[in-house]
Amino acid sequence: MEIVMSVLAGMLFTAGVYMMLQKQILKIVIGTALLSHGAHLFIITMGKLNRGKPPILSEDVTNYVDPLPQALILTSIVISFGVTSFLLVLAYRAYQTNGTDNMEKLRGNDNE
Amino acid sequence: MSNLAIMPILLPLLTGIILVFLNKRLPLVRMITRIMVIINLVVVSLIAYNVLQNGTIVLKAGDWVVPYGIVLVADPLAIVLVVTANLVAVACAFYAFNSLDEQRERYYFYPLFQLLIAGVSGAFLTGDLFNLFVFFEVLLIASYGLIVLGGTKEQFRESFKYIIINLFSSILFVTTVSFLYAVVGTVNMAQLAERVGEIEQDGILTTIAILLLIVFATKGALFPLYFWLPKSYTVPPTVISALFGALLTKVGVYSILRVFTLIFVYNLTVTHQILLILAGLTLVFGVIGALSTNNVQLIIAYNIIPAVGYMMLGIGIFSTTALAGTVYYLLHDMIIKAALFFLVGAMVAYAGTSDLRKMGGIIKNQPLLGWLFFIAALALAGLPPFSGFVGKLLILRGAFEEGHYVLAIIGLLTSLLILLSIIRIFINGFWGESKQDKVPEVNPTKGKIVPAAFLLLFTITLGLGAEFIYPTVQMIADQMIDPANYIDSVMKE
Repeated sequence: MEIVMSVLAGMLFTAGVYMMLQKQILKIVIGTALLSHGAHLFIITMGKLNRGKPPILSEDVTNYVDPLPQALILTSIVISFGVTSFLLVLAYRAYQTNGTDNMEKLRGNDNE
Repeated sequence: MSNLAIMPILLPLLTGIILVFLNKRLPLVRMITRIMVIINLVVVSLIAYNVLQNGTIVLKAGDWVVPYGIVLVADPLAIVLVVTANLVAVACAFYAFNSLDEQRERYYFYPLFQLLIAGVSGAFLTGDLFNLFVFFEVLLIASYGLIVLGGTKEQFRESFKYIIINLFSSILFVTTVSFLYAVVGTVNMAQLAERVGEIEQDGILTTIAILLLIVFATKGALFPLYFWLPKSYTVPPTVISALFGALLTKVGVYSILRVFTLIFVYNLTVTHQILLILAGLTLVFGVIGALSTNNVQLIIAYNIIPAVGYMMLGIGIFSTTALAGTVYYLLHDMIIKAALFFLVGAMVAYAGTSDLRKMGGIIKNQPLLGWLFFIAALALAGLPPFSGFVGKLLILRGAFEEGHYVLAIIGLLTSLLILLSIIRIFINGFWGESKQDKVPEVNPTKGKIVPAAFLLLFTITLGLGAEFIYPTVQMIADQMIDPANYIDSVMKE
């Protein structure tokens, strides 16, 4: 199961990097979203996948799932959610102000 | 008692939240900001005094036992950096009143500013690698807000790149932390240090160390990963550039300093060798950048990069002398970068252009600005008796002691080139004939010189008072070489 999840995370990373290398701003934003999904999947995989077990650490529970990665992934999801929504607004405003969504045309040079 | 450790985060955070609600009443917001930055500086200084006298303060959030909960560790290194960051914050707050246009002030500059300080203090104080990521995000999100503040074309163009780069490195950070968690089963820095020591730092841990280095190198602008810095630091208004230049890259440097003196210290031939090579390249390429342009703000922004190079050199050498130099240089650099951005901002406001070729003769009408800039230039280049000298001296002495002659010579030559790049501004901008048709009627440097002078005062204190400050820095360096102190103070009970 961990192997499948790792491969899936790897695929998300690949797709995310591919999208980030595009020229359109919106595609880049989607790329970052895919990347962060990959990272989240990765965190949960790294804590060992144990389905249906309680996230408890005490003496009488021997079969449990590690609660820490779940706390980490939750924090990380909230952050990436916030940043992605900010990025979407920024992409829209940047498109409005600069009149283009093509990164090639957004290169700055000194003589302006 | 241990609750003191959270005050440097809590005060600016609460102030920031309150300021959001008061946003409509600008005079009130300005007054609260002024009062709160000073209160914050006083509180932080008192905590620092306490820490330096009585030892590290550790706060276990929610009273969880150490490896399970989040800890905040106010050890001497962290608290000294927090004090310096707050010093810069005070100067920035006062500079902001006199340099920002009202529209930018209304669009939540002050709340974002406070949140940035909260994030920076948090990143210095946290004793938990994942928590470090969270505080990185706090300060980065505040910086995303600040960099687009005003919404000009250039700002949108450069900020988008800045945000994408930082977002990518943050995602890499999370991934690396989860790798590390899978291998050693903890994210608490003290416990990480213990466990990495126990299992010997083998191949996979060294790989993780290098991944972390890539993350922090992106935030801290090290050699191949500094390309995003100069442009994106010059597009926002001066006060924001000063904040970024003084604080943001330094958080990246601090993270490298912490991680590569506390956790990954068992495979020096790989990790620290990489640091040394990158340091040399960062020095050379950064200073070439600074010499390549005629835009005064860009010259200062490029000068951030060789400074990072010096600090990396100190970490890479990894001896007490060099680490003491790194800490000294870190403190010096936070102050001097803010001061230089302030002074150059005043210069640009006066001349009406940031192109060096169109400036000249400013010193005739602005003698104070000119001479303060001269002092700042000497301090940046590391001439005695200013603060840059002590840090550089210690780092380079460390390099000679450990036999890194080539790097030491690169460091010395880079110093000269830094002096050249900065004195070029002084000669072309302040001397010679005035190229302006008319002198501005309202003095545009009003209120901009005092914050810079305030910071320069501390540069001089750091330089002349080295006698008094050096023992503290030496103590910090001793603790970094022997991390047992840090581990014990966190892990006890």
